[in-house]
Amino acid sequence: MQPLTNRSKLVVNKKMNFWERIYLPAILKGMWTTLKHFFRKKNTVNYPDEKRPFAPVWRGWHVLKRDEAGRERCTACGLCAVACPAEAITMTAAEREKGEEGLYREEKYAAVYEINMLRCIFCGLCEEACPKEAIFLTDRIVPSDYVRQNFIFGKNLLVEGVEPEKRIDVSMRQKHIQEPKWAVQQ
Amino acid sequence: MPKVKIDGFEVEVPEGTTILNAARQIGGDIVPPAMCYYSTLKGSGGKCRTCLVKVTKGSERDPRPMPKLVASCQTPVMDGMEVANISSAEVLNARRGVVEFLLLNHPLDCPICDQAGECHLQDLSFEHGLANTRYEFERRTFEKIDIGPYIKLHMTRCILCYRCVYTAQQLTPERVHGVIGRGDHAEISTFIEKAIDNDFSGNVIDVCPVGALTDRTFRFKSRVWFLNPMDAHRDCEKCSGKAVVWMYGGEIFRVTARKDQYGEVRDFICNTCRFEQKSPGNWTIEGPRQIDRHSVIGQNHYDGDTLTVA
Repeated sequence: MQPLTNRSKLVVNKKMNFWERIYLPAILKGMWTTLKHFFRKKNTVNYPDEKRPFAPVWRGWHVLKRDEAGRERCTACGLCAVACPAEAITMTAAEREKGEEGLYREEKYAAVYEINMLRCIFCGLCEEACPKEAIFLTDRIVPSDYVRQNFIFGKNLLVEGVEPEKRIDVSMRQKHIQEPKWAVQQ
Repeated sequence: MPKVKIDGFEVEVPEGTTILNAARQIGGDIVPPAMCYYSTLKGSGGKCRTCLVKVTKGSERDPRPMPKLVASCQTPVMDGMEVANISSAEVLNARRGVVEFLLLNHPLDCPICDQAGECHLQDLSFEHGLANTRYEFERRTFEKIDIGPYIKLHMTRCILCYRCVYTAQQLTPERVHGVIGRGDHAEISTFIEKAIDNDFSGNVIDVCPVGALTDRTFRFKSRVWFLNPMDAHRDCEKCSGKAVVWMYGGEIFRVTARKDQYGEVRDFICNTCRFEQKSPGNWTIEGPRQIDRHSVIGQNHYDGDTLTVA
């Protein structure tokens, strides 16, 4: 058979001589290799204390963004749910009442918005489908848990805070999104 | 019987048939789109100009082409007429202009609109429209109006096709619903916002090609592509009782009349069937409705051609 690489070695079943039988040179050779690595640069990091930078395209825990005035951008149009290949997103829409104009951007909003993080495959299609630039995947890792029920993330875990320090920066993700050419009303 | 050739396909139709109906007898891609023409409503058509076609040969006796593009829903065929629809770049260009005009004042609030997914204006602009607008002025806006307990009017989304006006005139004994104002100020109104309480008033929701008239009992309840449309019927003393129930799980979210492939209703249904019979026990379910496989309504519900009911 044609070898796939030039690194393959032919197996030879020849009888070992005395030095080979006592294994000591082979052990010392192996120890020398190990010892060399003590003085090399480490490939690992001390994870909880030290964190690696995320790639800009990293897709983790979703965020539902608010606009500059602190109003929720999501209007429960359902396009993320229909785009979702894992069918992880469900939502219930509600109509904005008089006096809630400061809370929700459009006349319809998501009263319930749930993502099942066990079903989610973090493909980012919801982000791509969103016509309101409301949902983004961020560089936060979804925490582990013991109870399956706790992986269904509602709006309390998805919507970002109103205060400037509680806003979640998605500017790295937005660099990849082309600005829509038509003017958005309202 | 006159013979007419549309985009190279020949068809023989009775005297007085319009070009649009002749094209519908051929079927397929060459059927001009229609936003205002509605075959079951008398007098409809000629308003939206999306069905413009080019008549390249007037008739056998007078073979000169017609000087301008004509509205195919209003122009009767002549013997030997030759029509170009999708084979004419002029028609496609004109249609793109028409779409741009229809969208001038349209709010493009599809993410909110209940009609999204079954909206003819959405289909039309997807097929012919441009992604951007050249309109720089403020769009015409109106307040939302509740027409009775069941119907909501979003005048901002209206394209003034007059279909609902004809429905109100032809299905109901007294006229309570019309168009007020002219040109840019024209507006569908019920004349002093009088509530429509006729038994068949709900059909204006079905004939509306956009989301201007929507069902208040279904308002923001779900999106059409999450629901499973099922053919169903019930015994009704007022109407045929043949309808489509839009189900999610075991629940009926809304009831509409059955629309054909051009989005037109043959059997109009009454308000009792449409708004008040939402318990699944009241309906005999016949089976899943055939949905075009390119439609978003079939998204995630269909396996091949069969509907998999959730």
